[in-house]
Amino acid sequence: MPIEFDDEGYLRDLSDWSPEMAIQIATTEGISLTDAHLEIINVVREFYQTYQLSPAMRPLVKAVSLKLGKDKGKSIYLMKLFPGSPAKIIAKIAGLPKPDNCI
Amino acid sequence: MIDKKSILIINQSAPYGSSKARESLDVALTCSIFEMPVSLLFIGDGLYQLINNQSPDALSMKKHEAMLSALPMYDIENIYITEEDLESIGLTENDLAIPVTLIQRDAIASLIQQNDSVLTF
Amino acid sequence: MLNGLSSGDAVLLIEDAVYSALEAHQSIFKALSPDDIQLSALEADIQARGLEDKLSPRFSSVNDQGFVKLSCEHDKIVSWY
Repeated sequence: MPIEFDDEGYLRDLSDWSPEMAIQIATTEGISLTDAHLEIINVVREFYQTYQLSPAMRPLVKAVSLKLGKDKGKSIYLMKLFPGSPAKIIAKIAGLPKPDNCI
Repeated sequence: MIDKKSILIINQSAPYGSSKARESLDVALTCSIFEMPVSLLFIGDGLYQLINNQSPDALSMKKHEAMLSALPMYDIENIYITEEDLESIGLTENDLAIPVTLIQRDAIASLIQQNDSVLTF
Repeated sequence: MLNGLSSGDAVLLIEDAVYSALEAHQSIFKALSPDDIQLSALEADIQARGLEDKLSPRFSSVNDQGFVKLSCEHDKIVSWY
């Protein structure tokens, strides 16, 4: 079975996700994953498991702040790691649906 | 900085039977992203949304309770129910999935007065 | 709808109707004798709504097979919306 993506590059079936898949998706976004990226991706995957939602920017910052500390729970830190629209890019790499209501 | 309008969302629909409950929370989360102060009031059948231990796997639907528990992450903490409604379905605060503020039914009017706009689902 | 019931009938609550099986709503059913009318509610709908331990003991929980069985045991099925 080939792995399917939607038109915007989000995984259609969340169970197709693997860390290797994350590396592959990140590459198409021009990001080479480091541990700093991965710990954020794990926070977002955990968020999704708990709330069945991909976080928008505001709850993303809050979740990162709660899990990894205030220094990392800042939009500027997330913007550096995932330039552009962090909430959308992280969801994509984490194999989650595109966040709703994202500015 | 433009003054953000405050919004009260009144929920009077049960979860799962229709999509209203989810749509309402979608609106609430969206308003929060735009930094509008959001208050939620659950009345009548809407109270059923708050019951804990929901397990909709057999219906292949998302767990409403999970979405409710995300409200604090979106800084939505003004969540109201009336004591009268809770009593009328024979439940207590221990049966609810999230912390709520109990108000009297006659306080609903002032809640509506306090907010700039009101939506009902 | 309850006026349409006769002795030997069974009532199965599904979807949002399962909320009527809450103890607080039992006045709706008080005119029905337990010997005459069998009351039940659909398991998947009960579980989804978090009602498993909150329902009146007058209601039994019925799974999908039980739903089919009830449908076969009775010669008429009346759906109320």
